[in-house]
Formats: sequence, C-alpha cells, structure tokens
Amino acid sequence: MAQRAIREYDSKAIFSRKWNKYFSGFQFWYNSALVTSGAELLQKANEHGFEWLKQQKLVAKPDMLFGKRGINNLVLFKINTPGDVTLEDAAKWIDEKRAHDTILHSGQKGKLTHFIVEPFTKHSDDEEYYVSATTVNDLDVLYMSAEGGVCVEDGWGEKVTEVSIPIGVNDHDLEHLIRANVPQDIVQNNKERFISFCTQFYRFYRDMHFAYLEINPLVMQENTMNILDMVAKLDDTAGFLMAEHWGNISYPTPFGMEEMTPEEQAVANADAKSGASLKLTVLNPFGRIWTMVAGGGASVVYADTIADLAGVEDLANYGEYSGGPTTGETKFYAQTVFDLMTRYDDPKGRDKILIIGGAIANFTDVAKTFTGIIQALEEYAEKLKAHGTKIYVRRGGPNYQKALIDIEQASKRLGLYIEVYGPQTHITDIVRIALQEGK
Amino acid sequence: MNALFNKDTQAIFWNNNMPAIQRMLDYDFTIQKAKPSIVAIVAPTSNNKFEKLFYGGDEVMIPVFTTLQHARDAFKQADVLVNFGSFRRAYDVSMKALQIGGFKTIMVTAEGIPERLARRMNFEARKIGVTIIGPATAGAITPGAFRTGNIGGTIDNVINSKLTRAGSCGLVTRSGGLINELANILAINADGVAEGVAIGGDRYVGSVFIDHLLRMEANPQVKYMVLLGEVGGVEEYKVIEAVKSGKIKKPLIAWCIGTIAKHFSSGVQFGHAGASANAEQETAAAKNQAMRAIGIHVPNTFNDLPLMIHEVYTRLKNDGSIVEVEEMPYNIIPETRKSKSFICTISDDRGEEAMYAGYPISSVATPDTGFNIGDVISLLWFKKRYPRWATNFIETVLKTVADHGPAVSGALNAKVTARAGKSVVESLVTGLLTIGPRFGGAIDGAAKYFKYAHDQELSPQEFLQYMKEQKITIPGIGHRIKSLRNPDKRVEGLKQFANEFFPQTALLDYALEVEQLTTSKKDNLILNVDGTVGILMVDMWRSLGYNEEEINTLIETGVMNSFFILGRTIGFIGHILDEKRLQMPMYRHPYSDILYDVATAEQI
Repeated sequence: MAQRAIREYDSKAIFSRKWNKYFSGFQFWYNSALVTSGAELLQKANEHGFEWLKQQKLVAKPDMLFGKRGINNLVLFKINTPGDVTLEDAAKWIDEKRAHDTILHSGQKGKLTHFIVEPFTKHSDDEEYYVSATTVNDLDVLYMSAEGGVCVEDGWGEKVTEVSIPIGVNDHDLEHLIRANVPQDIVQNNKERFISFCTQFYRFYRDMHFAYLEINPLVMQENTMNILDMVAKLDDTAGFLMAEHWGNISYPTPFGMEEMTPEEQAVANADAKSGASLKLTVLNPFGRIWTMVAGGGASVVYADTIADLAGVEDLANYGEYSGGPTTGETKFYAQTVFDLMTRYDDPKGRDKILIIGGAIANFTDVAKTFTGIIQALEEYAEKLKAHGTKIYVRRGGPNYQKALIDIEQASKRLGLYIEVYGPQTHITDIVRIALQEGK
Repeated sequence: MNALFNKDTQAIFWNNNMPAIQRMLDYDFTIQKAKPSIVAIVAPTSNNKFEKLFYGGDEVMIPVFTTLQHARDAFKQADVLVNFGSFRRAYDVSMKALQIGGFKTIMVTAEGIPERLARRMNFEARKIGVTIIGPATAGAITPGAFRTGNIGGTIDNVINSKLTRAGSCGLVTRSGGLINELANILAINADGVAEGVAIGGDRYVGSVFIDHLLRMEANPQVKYMVLLGEVGGVEEYKVIEAVKSGKIKKPLIAWCIGTIAKHFSSGVQFGHAGASANAEQETAAAKNQAMRAIGIHVPNTFNDLPLMIHEVYTRLKNDGSIVEVEEMPYNIIPETRKSKSFICTISDDRGEEAMYAGYPISSVATPDTGFNIGDVISLLWFKKRYPRWATNFIETVLKTVADHGPAVSGALNAKVTARAGKSVVESLVTGLLTIGPRFGGAIDGAAKYFKYAHDQELSPQEFLQYMKEQKITIPGIGHRIKSLRNPDKRVEGLKQFANEFFPQTALLDYALEVEQLTTSKKDNLILNVDGTVGILMVDMWRSLGYNEEEINTLIETGVMNSFFILGRTIGFIGHILDEKRLQMPMYRHPYSDILYDVATAEQI
C-alpha cells in the first residue's frame, strides 16, 4: 500500500500541530471531537479542552473516508435554523444515525461508526473558497477556486484554476506560480491573503507527505481560516520519516467496504508478524477454483487466467505467499485455504480444483515451502477428497524437483488426485489443463 | 544507444548484502568474465577493509568503503551503482550518487520508498541523464555481460533460461518475479533474451517502459521486444504513441496483467503498489485493447503469450531477421566451495620460486640485484617498491634505533632472562615485550600528535595548548641530557639526511617550530630521536603519495613501532649473545637495592 485515506479528524490534528510552523499570519481554532456514540460525545463535553461542546452551537457529520456528506444529508448543522444544534441534539442525531445501515447515493452501504463534531461557523457564501493539492506523475497540482462547497464540483472547469508545480521548485518560484494563476474572481482585498495561504498550504502538503489534500470549503474571515471540511490521503510509506509530525494516525477501512473475514484477518495477522508476505482475499466462498500461489506477479496472472478461461464466478480466492515463508507459515496458509475450500459444495455439483502455482522462484527453497503444504494436505486429505478436489501444481526454482516429487508422492499416498508440472510447462497452463480435464 | 550494460561494466554495490553480491559474482564467473563486475562495496558501518567472496571455486577480495565518495574515488571507471539500501536509506544513497556523478545507471531495489522522495530522485536523475532502474525491482540483465543483484534467479535457472548469452528479445516487465518466468518462456519458445529490465513495482519508478524500449529499438542485438505491463498507470500509452509515430518499428509483443481487477470494484489490491487503476484507461483490459488496436502483438490471454512469442520469433527467423544465436560456453560453479581460513597478500610460495610481493627472492637477495633491506621491507610491509631515498631512510632508521645500551628496560630484561639460562628466542621476546607506550612508543605518539596538529593547522602555540588540555606530554619532545647546545647526533643525522634526500619535510619543519617554542621554556625539551623518526616517516609517506587517511591507518596499525621492534631486535640479540659469551650466572637483585615497606595485612 502507499496512498491511504485518513480521517478528517486526524488530518485536522496534523494541521493544528503544524499550524504555527506553516501558516504564519493566519489563525485556526482547532476544535474537533471524534466520537463513536452520543454517550461518548456527552462524556467528552466534560473533559478539559472540550468545554466548547457545551458553549457553542455544533456541526456533526460522519468521519469515515467518504465525501459528499452534505448531498447525502449526513451533515447536522440545523434543527430549525442553521447554527442551532446543541450538544444534546448532536448526541441524539449520532445515535440515530448509527442505529441502522446507511446507503449513500453512490450505492455504498454500511454502518456509520465514527463522527466528527465541531463548532458551527457562521459565514456567508462569499467567504467560502476551495483549495486542494494532488500529485500527477512528475508534477504536483494545486487547485484553487473563489467558490467553495458543492458548487465547485458542479462548475469545475470554469470555477477552478490549476497550477502545475514541478518537483523541487524553490519558494520564490512557487509563490510566483501561484500568484500567476490565482483565480481572478477573488476580490482584490483578499487576494494577497489567499495567495499567501495557498503557498503555505502547498508547502504543508509537500513536507507532510500528503498524497491528496482538499479543503472545501475553506472559510476565510480576515486572517482566520476555518477548515469546514477536508479530505486527506497520506503516503504511508513516509511513516518512518513522519511519525512525530503525523502523530498517532490510523488507516480505517473505508465506509461500505466489507470487513475482513476471520480467516483473512488471521492471514493478515500472520503477515504482519512475518518477514515473508502472506495475503488472502476470499472473493467467492462458494467458488470452484481455489488458488495457493507463490509470488505477487504470479498470483495476478493466475487470477487473470482463471477469470479468462473459467469465468470469474469460479474464482474463489485471491492471494499469495512469498518472500521465503517458513514451513510453519506455509502450512498455516495452506490450512486456511483448504479449510475455506472444503466448507461448501460447488453449487453446480462439480469437483473442486486446487491450483498450487507459482513462477520460477528466485531463492525460496521450494521443497521447504512445499513441506508445509504437504503437512496441511495430510490434515485435510479426507475433506478435500469429499469435495472431489483435483490438485494441479506448477512451480520452479531452487529444489523444485524434490518439491514436485514430494508433493506428488504424498498426494498419491493420501489418495488425492494430483498432477505436477515444472518450468517446462507455462506458468498458467495448469489452469487450462485443469479445465480441459474437468469437462 | 546501446545495451544498458556490456561485458566491461563495473559496478559499486551499496550495502553489504553478501548473498546478493555473491550471486552477481556467480553470474560473472558463469559467463566467463575474467574479473568480477563488482569492484567495491559500500557499507557505512562496516569495519572490514574488504569482503571475501567466491569467484568460481576460488575466493577473491572485494574492497569495502564506508562512503560512496571513497569507493568512487578508488574506482572511477565504475559507472553502475547497485543500490541495495533499505527504503530508509536508498533515497539518500541515490541522491549522493547523483551528486558525486559518474554513474550512468543506478539500480534501486528497495520497495516502499516514500513517493515524494522517489519522485524527487527520479526527477533529478532524469535531469542529468542518469538511468534509474526501480525502485522496487530485481533490476536488469544483459545476458552474457552483466546482471544486477538477483535478477534471473539462481545460476541453475540462469543456465536453464539461457541467460548466459545474448538472445534476440528485448524484455521489459514491472515485476521482478515474472521476469524470470518470461526469460524461461523466451528460452523455450525463442532464442532467449538480449536485454531484460524489470522497471519496478512502485507507483513512481525512474526509467519506464518507453525509455528502455526506445533504447532497445536502437540496439542492433534486439530483434523484437516483449512488454509485460500491469493494471494501473499510463506508461503503456507512451509505448502506443511511439509505435504510432514510428519511433518503435521492431515487432512488439505485449500483455498487461491484472485483467482480473475489472471484476472487482475496489478494495482488492492485486499485486504491486502501482497496480491499481484510477481510471478506465488504466485497466489492463483497456490497455491490452489499445495496444492490440495499434498493431502491437497482444495475445487473447496471458496463457497464450508463449504461443504468440513463438509465432513472432519463428516468422523473424524464417525471414532472416534473426540468425541462429551462437551458444557460448559457460563455467560451472563447483558444488562445494570452502572458504579460506587465511589470506595472504604479500608473498607467495606456490610457484617455481617464492616471491616477495611479486618479486622472486633471488631477484632481491644478492647485492648485485641492487635491493637492500629497505627494499625488502617496502615489498613485504607495504606491498610497494619505494624509491632509493625512502629505502635508504628506512635503513637509516633501523640502524639508528638498533641499540641504546644495556640499561634500557628491554635490554635489561633480555640480559636477565639470558642469565637465567633461557634460549635466544625466549630472551629476545622478554626484551621485546617491554616495547610499548613507555618504551619506544614515542615514535607512534609523535607521528600521531604532530600529524594531527599539522592536519588541523594548529599553530605551535595552539598545539602546546591542545596537548596541555589533553594532559599529555608531547611524545617525541625532551631528552634526559641532550639539549639545543648539546644536540643529539642521531637526530642531527636524520635531519640532515631528510633535508638532502626527501622531496619535502613539511611535518619536520613544523616540529622544529614546535621545538623552538618548547626549548625556549626548557633547554632539554628538544625533538628527540623517537620524535624525529616518527615525524620523518610521515613526511616520507606524504612524499610517496599516500593520502592522510592511509597514513593514519599505518600509524594506527602500529607500523612505527614495527620499525623500532625490528631495529632494536638487532641490539637485543647482541646483548643476549653477549651474556651467553660471558657465561654470566643467574642474576639475583641485592636486598640493598630494594625498599622494603611491608605492613601486616589489615583484618576485615
């Protein structure tokens, strides 16, 4: 992974932490609370530093990595008139929202679990601006508009000016570029202020290793900058440089995405503990063809080929193991796959297919990893047979000859159907062979 | 433009990743290169001067440096940097290499370098025309010439995939794992690889498909090309443009993996970090379709790729574009190799006649050869032939320090031991064992501190102040009885010799300035013989072209002491033989010469 979305709450915390360093001359009142329930919000209001929750009128909205919250009617800013939301109103609203599933206009569906609550900022439309930065190949691009809010997206072409910023630009050229491209419809009085803010915004974006950063709307009231809404992605590979600057950042699963199954979670945990790589995603628990593939690139071409030759509905899982896993790790991974594949019968009553595939390994001792697979086969032989499993193996690399003989002999001893192939057979051709024989 | 590498390519390897370096050397040996292509290893925290590695069944030594600059200075002809730094270090290493200059190609293996840093590195490299391969790659191979790191896999696989000699195909992939597979396909279905590059799996990589394909287009060894792309990014479209505009004319076979991704809206990461489509045109299916439409050879599925390769290859062979590749002989690496326990770099007794640093003993031994003992020392201690003035100086030193009477601690020890009836060698070592910081050590100390002061450009006054602060009396200054008015003749002799024969005596001149200052305080604080020897040794090495670091190493190694040990051994042996000749009895020291002051031990 590299570019990962973070919560609005966390991104504002980074702003706040770095405000004095980057945004000299501007003020920012950092008041945000992240809660998971109304009760938590009420409790928070009693904590030191959160007195404003009782003193001010509030805005509440979900903080779960999706945008267009206004359009989805998921921003609480009024009961009767804008700016009349009290702490109790917000708590009640949060509990209502989290009580049942929410479906967005985009079709994403899920439970709302995290909410951000902030003071209501009274402002007029002409105080709203838009600024964002992103990365396009060799360039960074800064987008600026004199209008903020939803109307920016409606009239993107006319309302937004963009500045391409080359890598390694110096501060002088940066300001020059931004000045030359600042939206003309910004009133003269505010222009300097906006240029200055955008310049600092870009430097903040760059130095903090953001991959995407958007404030919409930005409400500019004299020198006070109100960040009403923001979206941010970090390049998580920079974590080792940024620990101190980012603070305690989490990368939540985006709203609407399925949480991992226990099996996927178990493999992910094993992956986190290991120097090797172990990945597993169940695509279709009822699927006919299960794969246990070594190597990232190889796993993709097997998935491609199964989808092409058998149809994607037959592909049960995607995953890979690589980077020299131990025998024990391979065994655990294989057990997980075998267990999943022997839970259900094929809906069409066909035999199951197990693809134990891989490219020609660089330095992984193939015989060693196959020992783990064989141990798992011994454990699951009866279940695999009960599902009429046919096993197709293809692998190359150090010690592959021994690996192939071992797994073939073990399978025959266990009464499992198996065919083994080495580097002379094209990597994905076992998929074709398996399907041909299955017919 | 030519291949990325050729048979003369030399590389500096950053990080002491011995397995990867060994694999590169194994490849070099297999393809019968005369010498390893890795000329230096850079390992900032290593204390080793070199690493031992196998070259075939034999071992070779590859020098280790703690900085890239030093490695570069020592091997100016190396124009490839194999950067095996971790994701934390790889960026800094590459940037340093770009700043130092002279590298044409930098291969970066680390996965997960922060994107902004990777982009900066790629941008700076491109600006000055340096090819970056990676990050997140196994690198590149020019079969029969050079490979970076582990690309191509084990030597068994290299041989099976015919990566020992150049074939006709120019191969580019993202993945380092599948490049082995492609090489295997090309060996089975065609005549192998002319050049293979895995550009790397991260989102931002240095050189991209089009850079390498255009170079391959210009490389006459390449007759056709295979591109294995991936879902995500738009690099394949640059290739399509080049085919459209006629910049790429050679037959091109291509496939983008990750067609599966179209079946899943989001959330499943298929393969690399770079492998996710941000737009319809970035999907594998769209790219395959676009490539097919422009006339690139695109199979129906990945599984049909070998058939397509075979078809294109056969056609080119039939029309004469490809001629039969000449199979080249290759070496087989011995199955068992044993690391050597000892290393010797100064002499060799395996041949017809034993040699001192390449000189047969008979060519240095007799007077008619013109070699004196100073010459032999320069060969065996320094592995160099020093000029006459320097070897004469070495001899002068040895003669000067050979003896200083029976009363000094080492000589007395040797005499007492000899009188106890012990042998020459036993008596000698008891004498030698007294040599150290207090006896004879002033040579080392003088060289070290005077050189330090001179290097730091301290004025004589500042030097005295510095030594005072360190609470160290200046080694090499002071004599029991000699003074300016009553000079030490040995010192006079050495100074005179140096003035007459040394090309320069900067450190001696400096030491004499210091002496003026010290003697103004006390008459006997003169530069003594130990000090003069140490200081002139430094002047000698500087005159011979040694750099400061090399000289510091010589001092730290204890070479100064070695001159004293060697010279004084002559005197000690003299004293021992003297005792034997005189048949002196066992020595017992008289009570009267010992102060006894023994109290009864306190009870605790």
